[in-house]
Amino acid sequence: MKNIALGQYYPTGSVIHRADPRMKLILAVLFIVCTFLCKNIYSFGAILLASVLLVLVSRIPLKTVLRSIRALLFIMIFTLVINVFMTKGEVLLFEWKFIHIYREGIVNACFMLVRIFALIIGTSILLTYTTTPIALTDAIESLLSPLKKIKLPIHEFAMMMTIALRFIPTLMEETEKIMAAQKARGADFTNGSLIKRAKALIPILIPLFVSAFRRADELSVAMECRCYHGGEGRTSMRVLKYRASDFLLFLAFAALCAGLIALNLLKTPFAL
Amino acid sequence: MENEVFIKAENLSYAYEEDDGTPQKAVLRGVSLEIKKGEYVAILGHNGSGKSTFAKLLNMILVPDSGRLWVAGHELTSETFDEKELLEVRRKIGMVFQNPDNQLVATVVEEDVAFGPENIGVPSKEIRERVDKALETVGMTEYARHSPDRLSGGQKQRVAIAGIIAMMPECMVLDEATAMLDPVGRREVMDTVDRLRAEKGITVLNITHHMNEAVRADRVIVINDGKIYMDGTPDQVFARAKELEAVGLEVPQCTALIDALREKGVRIEGKSTTPEACADLLTRFLKKS
Repeated sequence: MKNIALGQYYPTGSVIHRADPRMKLILAVLFIVCTFLCKNIYSFGAILLASVLLVLVSRIPLKTVLRSIRALLFIMIFTLVINVFMTKGEVLLFEWKFIHIYREGIVNACFMLVRIFALIIGTSILLTYTTTPIALTDAIESLLSPLKKIKLPIHEFAMMMTIALRFIPTLMEETEKIMAAQKARGADFTNGSLIKRAKALIPILIPLFVSAFRRADELSVAMECRCYHGGEGRTSMRVLKYRASDFLLFLAFAALCAGLIALNLLKTPFAL
Repeated sequence: MENEVFIKAENLSYAYEEDDGTPQKAVLRGVSLEIKKGEYVAILGHNGSGKSTFAKLLNMILVPDSGRLWVAGHELTSETFDEKELLEVRRKIGMVFQNPDNQLVATVVEEDVAFGPENIGVPSKEIRERVDKALETVGMTEYARHSPDRLSGGQKQRVAIAGIIAMMPECMVLDEATAMLDPVGRREVMDTVDRLRAEKGITVLNITHHMNEAVRADRVIVINDGKIYMDGTPDQVFARAKELEAVGLEVPQCTALIDALREKGVRIEGKSTTPEACADLLTRFLKKS
């Protein structure tokens, strides 16, 4: 448990890695919109191509990327099955008792599969694999900063995210220690009914909560000692700066968007 | 500059409050002292003697119930003391706490060191310079991009110290900063403190109950039951072993060894608070006899 990877940042130094995190966040949203723009086989083909291109540009090994897709395999298969069996259409391909499979169902299922695939690739390549959690937090704070005008606590939100990221490994380690201590006292976490096992977790959660509160207390004192007084008048060591390459990336994505809309106009029997 | 008073306390008292607001027994009962600029002071005392409370008064984490307190030219207990002065005092007095995990804020070492300067609004470029320099001073440059949770206790405390150096303080308060460390980590931290004193000449207050750390200081203050019990050089303080034992403190092992030998009738002259001095005394004695 100690070696849990926080995020899955995979440094290769590619163009996408070097891009401004704010731009990547915007592009990720744009890419999600793109996947929902697709209406027919041409546009779905284009988005699939774009996803593969994205992986190649990021220089992240295909194996690593496919691993993150494996986690969502169940959802993909589930959507596939539901779409194949539940879609009603005009061209009946197969019939047996209550099962009817239409051509439209198969087409739909393939489209959905491509859509989920593109969603995962788009967000993981643009964000999780190529952006550190801290850069992401910066980007969110920076992009949402206009909302400070209407008194939304954006800085506080970003600070909370940073501290949460900082303390996840610490609390993980602590959980392990408490579990070991309870095991040494004869606690059993692996046997018995579900309710019994859930109950066995209470002696872990209570000390964990107590210690988390104590940590929070000490941390707040330490932060105050280091002159923390909220976001007002605060500077940052890292300065985010858009570069020409960021705008080129944006143009590429905008072109993709426009291309998809154009492709949707082409006539084909394979359409949603 | 050498004799400038940096911290001055007059009759300070403080009592923690119960949840309902009624005061508990006072932890500090009339503490008066002066600490000069550049001094290295160790503050000793058993648990609950009020030594950590005293540290927390210095940068206004706690506000004294009565008495007056001056720090770095600001009177903390004055009526006109404001937010701006408070930040200035907190910048000048850096604190390192006991638990290394609970004082690091960021997920990357250099980000954490930058936290203090960011809070006081130092320009970005200058923060970068200060961070690099601070990490170099504590010898943690190669860990700049690491995550703090992979570091050892001693390394984490060094990062915490770097975070303070980056704010260019005039004084550093170590509040039992080595209590949770192993001997190696403890040495790392104490050596870093020594180096800082040599390089920057900042005032150091080390609140501890490790006698071996106390002997490194120029001056030892013993606090007992909310009052100053002893105040002097390590040699002076540790010569009074019986009085220290009465308040639950021990003398350093080497001092205890010489004292024990003397009690058995061995006639050794001189004082010893450090292992080196002790070895020296013993060799001289053995050569003589």
